[in-house]
Amino acid sequence: MREMTFVDAAREGLAEEMARDPSIFVVGEGIGARGGNFNTTVGLFDLYGPERLRDAPISERGFTAMCIGAAAGGARPVVDFMFIDFLTDAFGDMFNQMSKLQWMSGGRIKMPIVVRGCVGVAPSNAAHHSGNYYPFFMHVPGFRVVMPSTPADAKGLLKTSIRSDDPVLFLEHKSVLTLKGPVPEGEHLVPFGKASVAREGRDVTVVGIAFMVRRALEAAEELSREGISVEVIDPRTLAPLDIDTVLASVRKTGRLLIVDEDFAPCGAASEIAMQVMERGFDDLDAPVKRVNGLFCPAPYSPSLGEHIVPTTTAISQALRDLLAE
Amino acid sequence: MYRTMLTIRRTEELLVKLYAAGRIYGGVHTYIGEEAVATGVCANLRITDLVFSTHRGHGHALAKGMPPRELIPEVLGKVTGCSGGRGGSMHLFKPEIGFMGSSGIVGPSITLAAGSAYAAKLLKMDRVSVAFFGDGATNNGSFHEGINLAAAWELPAVFVCENNLYATEVPYATVTRNVDVASRAQGYGLPGISVDGNDVMGVHKAAGEAVRRARSGEGPTLIACNTYRTRAHSEGMRDAGYRAAEEIAHWKDRDPIKALEGRLLAEAATQADLEAVDAEVKALVEEASAFALSSQMPDPSTVTRYVYSEG
Repeated sequence: MREMTFVDAAREGLAEEMARDPSIFVVGEGIGARGGNFNTTVGLFDLYGPERLRDAPISERGFTAMCIGAAAGGARPVVDFMFIDFLTDAFGDMFNQMSKLQWMSGGRIKMPIVVRGCVGVAPSNAAHHSGNYYPFFMHVPGFRVVMPSTPADAKGLLKTSIRSDDPVLFLEHKSVLTLKGPVPEGEHLVPFGKASVAREGRDVTVVGIAFMVRRALEAAEELSREGISVEVIDPRTLAPLDIDTVLASVRKTGRLLIVDEDFAPCGAASEIAMQVMERGFDDLDAPVKRVNGLFCPAPYSPSLGEHIVPTTTAISQALRDLLAE
Repeated sequence: MYRTMLTIRRTEELLVKLYAAGRIYGGVHTYIGEEAVATGVCANLRITDLVFSTHRGHGHALAKGMPPRELIPEVLGKVTGCSGGRGGSMHLFKPEIGFMGSSGIVGPSITLAAGSAYAAKLLKMDRVSVAFFGDGATNNGSFHEGINLAAAWELPAVFVCENNLYATEVPYATVTRNVDVASRAQGYGLPGISVDGNDVMGVHKAAGEAVRRARSGEGPTLIACNTYRTRAHSEGMRDAGYRAAEEIAHWKDRDPIKALEGRLLAEAATQADLEAVDAEVKALVEEASAFALSSQMPDPSTVTRYVYSEG
């Protein structure tokens, strides 16, 4: 199978969808002729022009709410935030309008809108360009939250997101953007709410989120040299969350570690752990554990930055500790 | 337009009574005194044109064509209401006739109307989007961002400010240096027109030109309608300490329905004609009220439906 980067695969998905459906348009800062800060739209401006690749002013609240109106009015907007941190100015309208209009209108207004942007702690991006924020959206009825970790899933999930009639947060971790992987030729769609087993194993289960899937796979490889068989699960979408795949794995291994770069309190890891407690308690041979990023804003200096994100070494050690329980 | 204004007035007079009788569970923001604005604007619209409304939205909904027998049960929380009892007075929806919802949050009507106008332009739909909002919204970021985007991209939208002099109970002049809302348009590069919001003919004319501009691709217009609400911000709220009784009396004398009646009597109609319309409207509202009162409450098991598109 051909190999592509995450960014190229996602862009191929966007290009295919824009060719298929003329009601799709993209709004964002520098996503027109420039092609996006993260190359999300390179080449598309030449094909579709300024109405469908709309360079926006730095009016995040304004253009996001405008896209809510456009979605209600029959178009399918993709809001490209570049860094998801910039979305915070649009929180109010996302929570009060975007997530609620379908429910408030009894399903008569649809909200086919994709909000995409880069998340995660990357080297020296510091406090205003490193946010994760996905638990906010998992918490609110109406949103879909999509977090792919592979190029194939980036393409397949972006296409599904664009076709969805619900508002979708499509979040791209900065540390996976240039990673390469196999991407199927032709039409490739990945459904929401279907986790993937990134590596099969028998002794312990790790759920990783976004970039942490990669780190969990590295840890699994490390532990395999010690004779430990680790199963790695990538939820791919956090809302809806495929807890059944996690439960099936825990039934097999009896042990669960969740690795999430985002903060621990009220986070994705807490939610996954609780659901496993509620439905799979009898399958657990040890308490569920989690490894999270540190509870502080992202720093600038490399020596500080490397300290706040879960490392492969830390994940490996957490797995050894869990197996010793 | 006379019939529409009366329909709004009689419907809201009924709601006031029902509120006082304890039949209404939530807030009710009446439009009494401002009926000329929604009526004059919406008389220029087609069923396919879209309206985005405010917390004070009964008049917008009725003027866009929502029958009282869908509005009144909604305010009573009944399943037969326009939002199935999910919304109440502040969250009225009827997208089938282009009424895209009233809102408890001040400001987004502006940006959302800009957005549906963007969609119309992108998809080459012959459709005008209208945002209603109060003076309060002009001091919200949505006004700045939404109107700038609509002007920059020449979107087919009309922005209608209902300046009733108070944002809830805060006098506009105490929180705003430039109280001439229409003059702000110049800063954004679109036409801004100031009209007497209690003169339905004047509103109708100004909105007609704005709708014509939008429909013919000439871009958006800001219309500032200077008007007044004669009742409290919301039913049951203390309406004292922030405005003078003389001011309320002055605006009651300028009642938009009385003004139109005077004009009709002078030009075209007899007292009997007007009374006949009023009798028809009253009968319509009474029938709607009886229907609403006898309607069922919504089934609790349906409350989580439509959180997502698949229902």
